[in-house]
Amino acid sequence: MSRSDFIFLLALLGVGVAVFLFIHALGEGYYVMVAFYILEYIVLATAWNILGGYGGYVNFGSACFFALGAYSTVFFNKLFGVQSLSSLDLGLFVLDARQMPYCLLLLAMLLGSAVSGLVGLGTGYLTLRLRGVFFAISTLALSVVTQTLILNWRFVGGARGAYVLKPPEVAGFSSTSEFIMAAMLSLALLSIWIARWVENNKLGVGLQAIRDDEFAAECSGVPTLRLKLQATSLSGALMGAAGAIFPFFVTYVDPIGAFNLVHTVNSIAMPLIGGMTHWSGPLMGAILLGGIQQYFGSKNIITPELSLLFVGFLMMVFVSIAPNGILGLLKAVRAKFKS
Amino acid sequence: MDFITFIDLLLNALAAGAMLGGFYAAVSIGISISFGMLDIANIAHPAMIMLGSFLAYTLNDHFGLDPLISMVLMAPFFGLAGIAIYRVYYRLFESRERDPRRGLAFFFGLLFVTDVALILIFGVDLRGVQTPYVDAMINIGFVGIAWRLLIPFLIGLFMVWGIHLFLTRTFFGLAVSALSQEPLGLRLIGADPISIKQLVFGLSVATAAWGGAALIIIQPVEPSLGREYIGRVFAVCVLGGMGSMSGTFFAALLLGVVESLTSTFIGPSWSPAVAFGLLLLTLALRPTGLMGRAMR
Repeated sequence: MSRSDFIFLLALLGVGVAVFLFIHALGEGYYVMVAFYILEYIVLATAWNILGGYGGYVNFGSACFFALGAYSTVFFNKLFGVQSLSSLDLGLFVLDARQMPYCLLLLAMLLGSAVSGLVGLGTGYLTLRLRGVFFAISTLALSVVTQTLILNWRFVGGARGAYVLKPPEVAGFSSTSEFIMAAMLSLALLSIWIARWVENNKLGVGLQAIRDDEFAAECSGVPTLRLKLQATSLSGALMGAAGAIFPFFVTYVDPIGAFNLVHTVNSIAMPLIGGMTHWSGPLMGAILLGGIQQYFGSKNIITPELSLLFVGFLMMVFVSIAPNGILGLLKAVRAKFKS
Repeated sequence: MDFITFIDLLLNALAAGAMLGGFYAAVSIGISISFGMLDIANIAHPAMIMLGSFLAYTLNDHFGLDPLISMVLMAPFFGLAGIAIYRVYYRLFESRERDPRRGLAFFFGLLFVTDVALILIFGVDLRGVQTPYVDAMINIGFVGIAWRLLIPFLIGLFMVWGIHLFLTRTFFGLAVSALSQEPLGLRLIGADPISIKQLVFGLSVATAAWGGAALIIIQPVEPSLGREYIGRVFAVCVLGGMGSMSGTFFAALLLGVVESLTSTFIGPSWSPAVAFGLLLLTLALRPTGLMGRAMR
């Protein structure tokens, strides 16, 4: 690990702890909820940007990857009935009911990211060899077909949806919601770390070459298909992990909520508005857009539909007028001041 | 299930599937033109179809207009809107450096905004039209065909036939084919590719008015229905082959029949998955489609 990596890691951890303590100090369930949703969008936007921003391949399936994660949690719970256990004997040590959630959430995240990552890999394998448009359309259609599958699958609740219980209490946290929010916070920090790592690595450089000119990249020996597949799986896996945490927080999952196009539009709009070339772009976009939506949603100033309409419009405005997002605008301003 | 029942079900499913296929041609032909001939991935097309459906509903609800009349009235306005959209698209994206992401995001924004606007105006209830033929049937032996399926089929057939004639028999139509095959030659004979593209894109959006009217004749609609059609229209377009009108028609028939068989013998709730299966299979096995030119 180089020195700058180490400093970045320390800064990231510091910010994470500070954010958690801040939310804790506010001390209300409401702020925990707001923080949870914004953090969820940070994960989705950052994950989308790994393929979409660096590689230039548009993924319209964020909602699908997210929902796959959520439904792996539902499946996992139904299959093993883990939530009804009062303690778990792992051989070396025994977890009691207050420690179990740690293990449960970690397993759910691993499973969710595995499922979504594999679906991303499969779709990518079939469509990433063609022009990017075909991948984009396939991911858009993928959401519809996965939703059909889940609707017809009785075991995970079908159209009626399914309940996932919140663990009653968790060791070390004052409330379960706070614990789940902390899990999302860790995931958000992890995805930012991964995005920065990708950016400074062979994968990111290769993806940028693909975005600029795929043909030229292929000719100069960049293994384009392999890099695209790696990026698709990685981005899908992160979205899946975010989805896996979601059911624990809201306790009820149904296909319409989980596959909502809102996830898709937000995870595209946020990087577009923040800026797609740097890891901080999606982060900024998520905080800004997520914050606006949560603020308006909670104060009942406008209906959720109107706030979505606003997000859609803002996305179109940015894509038309400021294609490099806020980062691009900042850069332009700085360049002007210098000259 | 005894043999007679099976044959009865099969024949009815095939007939309904073929009718449905004609309708799918009506909703897909716009994408086939814009995506296949102009290379514009207008993913907002299904949303425009929903807009057409809801306008046909409103005209029917307020003035008692038959959707067959309103679709003729709506088409010119849709065409003008299409021309306006293309102008914006060209100014912002096509004329500059080509980053396909931005165009896709632009059309996705259009899709999303139309979708949410329809929900805000009409809510999420199902809306249908009142016409004399909605509940009528024709019976031929075993097979019963509903008028509400036959009329959209005829609309689709007429559209494909008309556009095919337009593209192959008129000078303007031939110029459109030249757009993707020989853009330089087109400029050399003094034609302006941009104004041709603009008109053709207008035509492709105008088909959404007809497709929307056909849709509301077939079934009552609600705003989110458009999403189901995204998979369908692109499956038809890709399976048919880029820019091939006859390919589009046969691919639509194939999708209609397979979907109809699926919903008869497996269950109607599975039919939205058929289109995606076909789309993935085509992309994996034969990306040029049934009748398409080689294209990457």
